[in-house]
Amino acid sequence: MNRIDATFERLRRKGEKALIPYLTAGDPDLEVTVALILEFEGRGADIVEIGVPFSDPLADGVTIQRASQRALQKGTTLSKILRMIVKVRRRSQLPLVLMSYFNPILRFGIQRFVKEATAAGVDGVILPDLPPEEAGELRQASEEAGLHPIFLLAPTSSEARIDQIADASKGYIYYVSLRGVTGARDRLAEGVGQAVLRIKAKTKTPVAVGFGIGTPDQARVVASYADGVIVGSAIVARVEEHLGRTDLVQRVGAFVAQVKAAMLERGSQDAGS
Amino acid sequence: MISDPRPQTPDPRFRREAWPDPTGRFGPYGGRYVPETLIAALEALEQEYLKAKADQAFRRELEGYLKDYAGRPTPLSFAERLSEALGGPRVYLKREDLCHTGAHKINNTLGQALLAKRMGKERVIAETGAGQHGVATASAAALFGLHCDIYMGTEDMERQALNVVRMKLLGAQVIPVDAGSRTLKDAINEAMRDWVANAETTHYILGSALGPHPYPMMVRDFHAVIGRETRAQLLEKEGRRPDYLLACVGGGSNAIGFFYEFLDEPSVKMIGVEAGGLGLETGRHAARFAKGVPGVLHGTYSFVLQDEDGQIQITHSVSAGLDYPGVGPEHAYYRALGRIEYVAITDEEALEGFRLLSQKEGIIPALEPAHAIAHLMKLAPTLNKDAIVVVNLSGRGDKDVQVVADLLGF
Repeated sequence: MNRIDATFERLRRKGEKALIPYLTAGDPDLEVTVALILEFEGRGADIVEIGVPFSDPLADGVTIQRASQRALQKGTTLSKILRMIVKVRRRSQLPLVLMSYFNPILRFGIQRFVKEATAAGVDGVILPDLPPEEAGELRQASEEAGLHPIFLLAPTSSEARIDQIADASKGYIYYVSLRGVTGARDRLAEGVGQAVLRIKAKTKTPVAVGFGIGTPDQARVVASYADGVIVGSAIVARVEEHLGRTDLVQRVGAFVAQVKAAMLERGSQDAGS
Repeated sequence: MISDPRPQTPDPRFRREAWPDPTGRFGPYGGRYVPETLIAALEALEQEYLKAKADQAFRRELEGYLKDYAGRPTPLSFAERLSEALGGPRVYLKREDLCHTGAHKINNTLGQALLAKRMGKERVIAETGAGQHGVATASAAALFGLHCDIYMGTEDMERQALNVVRMKLLGAQVIPVDAGSRTLKDAINEAMRDWVANAETTHYILGSALGPHPYPMMVRDFHAVIGRETRAQLLEKEGRRPDYLLACVGGGSNAIGFFYEFLDEPSVKMIGVEAGGLGLETGRHAARFAKGVPGVLHGTYSFVLQDEDGQIQITHSVSAGLDYPGVGPEHAYYRALGRIEYVAITDEEALEGFRLLSQKEGIIPALEPAHAIAHLMKLAPTLNKDAIVVVNLSGRGDKDVQVVADLLGF
């Protein structure tokens, strides 16, 4: 069984929601990335999304744009990230999802990517600029290999697309909470809860919400209706803030723990009511 | 009365009407590689465009603006002294430089701005490289009373400073983009990020025949008037079709608009001219077909200059309008079929073309079509005297005068 499915199943039984932190691989370098992933696991992360940097990340706001640039300047490549994941896998069975853009995968070779990523221990892949209708080859190769292609839904998605993507997306559905690019916002977008419930009514696939969730309190609210909460830019911003400091990993880990605590607070309330 | 020499049966290998297919592809190229948030906006745009295209009233309105505002039809000028100087074929210039705002770009921005109005959008955004598309968008926005924001790389703002002033005078806001190579590619990234957030109220007037479907089709259609006029004008002057068409190719909008009319008539040879920059061996160029490989950039699958890891490469050209790592998907398709040939011209050669046209014809071209003139200088001596070559003179050179003065040490 794919580790993502096993994790959501385990959480469902416990009445908990998945905390899914995102980080950009290679920011500031791949050794720190390994340390951060393991730290996140220890601090309560249920799945980790690992960003494969791309030169032109058009779905990302400035925080992840800067992180991608730092990682690329360090010479981070998909091959090196896959080798990094092999190292993580010696010490952890946490579900790991790669997030990138289509061109680096296409250049690597779709079949080769699926084969090597699966062998390295990757459980899922998210490519925001690859909607399911353009993803034929990736979907077929992934299905054979047991790698989950995770597709996105947005506030602008029609009912027909919700059906199509609910069917195509494996592991979880990534619901984009707002109209815009990644990045922490002061307030949650309106109508997220209703949208998530509308999607959940159509599918058994878990729905995780991302884009614009940056505080423990926002995570707590989203965890009350979604199956998972994705926190990206807020984590990447903390990496940036602590660059060059020896306690970077602990500091960012502490933030992950805060978010997890807030989500559990709400989770226990729900279970009790 | 001259009869139209168009063959009764177009060459079935080049069925231009068949592309793009309903999924937005030209053979394997094209498509719609965008974040989910934009899918609804692109579907709505496609629907609205197809309705408008079939709507006589919309077509008449656009034709009215093209005639009375943009100044169409643009002349087809016989370049007598240039033809003599090159000692070869009869050279004609399709004078898109005489369009209002100084380049072909206005054909597309008038079409898309009318479409934006039809869709009830209050705001338009655009990217610009050389500034010609930005000026053409700002003009159309002023004409139709739309709010207008233009994204432009800071390097381009410096080298095309005149156009920055023009956009501001036209009431547009110019938003500097300081990321990446600080040129056209980065301006498109920012415009797309804006559109992802604001598609409900905003139409994105993409300026070239690239990007996600329906843009390559729509932009091509709005520029196809260039080739249609060329056919009629040449028929009147020479009683026949051209033998060669030459156009510069950045994203490829002027070229595809010029070529489209003749695509299924293989006796008309077509050459697209890319920016060879400092030379293909230097790695500092924008020669996507010479040095790129297929990839996905800005929502479309086509040839892209990229490194071994799929990271987009930084390009170089003396001409801001050709300084882009991708190219429109329809060009990739017809290149694969062998229908259109692509060549690269260096900065230095383009400057030669710039000077030659200025001094032989009294026409200062933009640096972009100066690349096409430079290729003409190589091609012409190999052709018969009775051959007819038409060069699409896609824009005028006012915007480039400062850059050229610096390069030539004036």
